[in-house]
Amino acid sequence: MSDIAPKHFRTPLARVRGRGAARSGTHEFWLQRVTSVAGIPLTIMAVFIVILLLGRNQAAVAQILGAPLVAVIMLLFIICTVIHMKIGMQEILVDYVPDESMKLTLLLANTFFCWIVGLIATYAILKMSFGV
Amino acid sequence: MAETRAPAARPLSPHLQVYRLTLTMVMSGFHRISGFGLYFGTILLAWWLMAAASGPNGYARFEWFAGSLIGRLILFGYTWALIHHTLGGIRHLIWDTGRGFGAQQREWLAAATIIGSIVLTVVVWVIGYLAMGGSR
Repeated sequence: MSDIAPKHFRTPLARVRGRGAARSGTHEFWLQRVTSVAGIPLTIMAVFIVILLLGRNQAAVAQILGAPLVAVIMLLFIICTVIHMKIGMQEILVDYVPDESMKLTLLLANTFFCWIVGLIATYAILKMSFGV
Repeated sequence: MAETRAPAARPLSPHLQVYRLTLTMVMSGFHRISGFGLYFGTILLAWWLMAAASGPNGYARFEWFAGSLIGRLILFGYTWALIHHTLGGIRHLIWDTGRGFGAQQREWLAAATIIGSIVLTVVVWVIGYLAMGGSR
């Protein structure tokens, strides 16, 4: 750095302190921990709900999934899962896909996939809950 | 990064192949692989919920798939991946507090993760079959 002419007035230290254009480096790390902690009780409850619904017919399943407490637990489980899996897959992609354009394409696909799956599941729960 | 020149061709550091395979290494891989599997497994979750919301015909189609041999195998794998990833996640959270890095502790945690996930998966499926009133 010292042997080239500076292109701007900001010192290297200031740039490091500002953490560059990304502004933050730990947001997703932390969010992954938050969703993993929340995921433990939510997963246990979701598994319990699924067991409760095994072998029941559609009307009974829809009625139970639409019950307020069950619906809220399932919505929390879905949102928590979708956030967690988006960050997780993003981590896998940046680790294993060296080609820049392929990586960007897959990161985009990851975002779309998580939103679509999350919204379908959320919509289904809300539909059963509100009974429309 | 844009202004840096391409690095000279240097020998790469050795990767997985030079190390003796250990249980903690395998469990690290399992955690990522089970997460990868669960990612696509959410398609089944979304399908199941959408089928339940759509009506008897849609739900019958899902039940046909879930009850088939392939469907049951996938769901069994999904159950194991879910439980394994949860237990592996608890292990990672313990590590995040700075605990559990001792030589014996990490071996114990790795063994507990894999044994626990297999046992719990079987328990969940036995309870599941009992809840359904025997096999279908």
